[in-house]
Amino acid sequence: MAFLIETLIGGLLSGVMYALVAIGFVLIYKASGVFNFAQGAMVLCAALTFVTLRDQGLAFWFAALVTLAIMVVLAIAVERVVLRPLMNQSQITLFMATLGLSFVIEGMSQLVMGASVHELDLGIVDTPVEVGPILVSQFDLVAAAAAGILVLALSVFFNVTRIGISLRAIADDPQAALSIGIRLQRLWRIVWGVAGFVALVAGLLWGSRQGVQFSLTFVVLKALPVLIIGGFTSIAGAIVGGLIVGAADALAEIYVGPLLGGSVSTWFVYVLAVAFLLIRPAGLFGERAIERV
Amino acid sequence: MSASSAGPILELRDVSLSFKGVKALNALSFAVARGEICALIGPNGAGKSSLLNIINGVYRADEGEVVFDGAPFRRIRPLEAARRGIGRTFQHNALFKRLSVIDNVLAGLTRHSRTTLVEHAFGLPRDLAESRALRARAEDIIEHLELTPHRGTVVSTLPYGVQKRVDLARALVGRPSLLLLDEPMAGMNQDEKRQMSRFVTEANAVLGATVVLIEHDIGVVMDLSHHVVVLDYGRKVGDGTPRQVRNDPDVIAAYLGTVH
Repeated sequence: MAFLIETLIGGLLSGVMYALVAIGFVLIYKASGVFNFAQGAMVLCAALTFVTLRDQGLAFWFAALVTLAIMVVLAIAVERVVLRPLMNQSQITLFMATLGLSFVIEGMSQLVMGASVHELDLGIVDTPVEVGPILVSQFDLVAAAAAGILVLALSVFFNVTRIGISLRAIADDPQAALSIGIRLQRLWRIVWGVAGFVALVAGLLWGSRQGVQFSLTFVVLKALPVLIIGGFTSIAGAIVGGLIVGAADALAEIYVGPLLGGSVSTWFVYVLAVAFLLIRPAGLFGERAIERV
Repeated sequence: MSASSAGPILELRDVSLSFKGVKALNALSFAVARGEICALIGPNGAGKSSLLNIINGVYRADEGEVVFDGAPFRRIRPLEAARRGIGRTFQHNALFKRLSVIDNVLAGLTRHSRTTLVEHAFGLPRDLAESRALRARAEDIIEHLELTPHRGTVVSTLPYGVQKRVDLARALVGRPSLLLLDEPMAGMNQDEKRQMSRFVTEANAVLGATVVLIEHDIGVVMDLSHHVVVLDYGRKVGDGTPRQVRNDPDVIAAYLGTVH
């Protein structure tokens, strides 16, 4: 029993890490209806910039601030060069643009900062702590706490402030939003900037767990089932989806894997996601599209 | 007041617009005087909505120019139009359907916010004061347009007539100097039309907005407006006071039908 709970808790905590990546997608999807494939590249870019600055001897907070500034500049550039010219284009066009963007960001990051694997030490002691009979990873706890604070801050920012109203307004009707004076382009810059910040946090945590290297960009693939299960439009959905994916992944590996005689970790959650697609296509928290027939 | 306040608030000079070869507007010219209620009437497809869309920049005129507040332009962007004080409502309520009434109205105030992102994000004093002031303005308009009972209701669940009023509230709260109303009374019964007419009159007389409106109900138009412009197939066939237009033989032939 203790082992089951331990597996479950470990799974839930790593699920928070998945959720962290998924939130970046949700932010941009809510504001512009775009599935931003480049989110993974942004995670890589942020982590790579951070370690490179650290290697140059910059202090932790200073390196984090400079990285954040670079992510904001990136957000402004993306709005100007990619989003603005493609305004009013179909969603698939924008998606293809972010696909291309993802390769540009990856390539540029590695061109400037090199493609070697960097170790990233956040100074978190990764010895397991004992809670009664259960062992919990201290690193996972810190990651979960960081994600929790981030989600809280984002919820306040987007639900309490007028920026939240503007954001929901442009998601509903961009043309009307412009006609009443909502600055769409400024809002896009803000949202992409915030997504850059989320990418930084995700990049630091994922990077310190598996090293900062090219494969960091594939965290996108981990976020996909999270988004399908939680819904593309809800930050709460991203969290719950992340927890479900994390727990299912961990439990399946232990209890389903041996039955099939191998590892199920890479694909089991996708099966789960497909099952969700059949039952609730909009995800648990997603807004169901109501269309006139 | 600026020097431009003497002339008309809005002037169209030989404005033409076509869609794939079909002329929607054909060398159209007229002026809207400051402080009046000007109605655009004409059969469906006469180009009325296209005209409003040119004035606030949703469309770009192929030829001619629009002069707003003394400043001529070929094309103004909708955002720029809003910031210069052109407010509008839409024929098919383009409200933010998933937002409550108060949030829709608050969204209409976005352009009046002066605080920076940082002040706003951290709720600094200047921003708190501004938020209070903007909210008070939104509440005022809601009360004025008798929307108080629906204040917190999500817009998509409201009846059509009430949604029309929310659309007006969202446009009015920004205190536009020119208010464009695209069929504000479509689909309303007589009582609702009377009520809406009163709100439009008040927006004009009390809040000082010059109004350009599109309406099909001739009775309502003749009662409400100071100035009527009649369009047919993208051309102007009548322009004058309601009385002049009603008796204009061209208008009767094109639109009003024979007087019996």
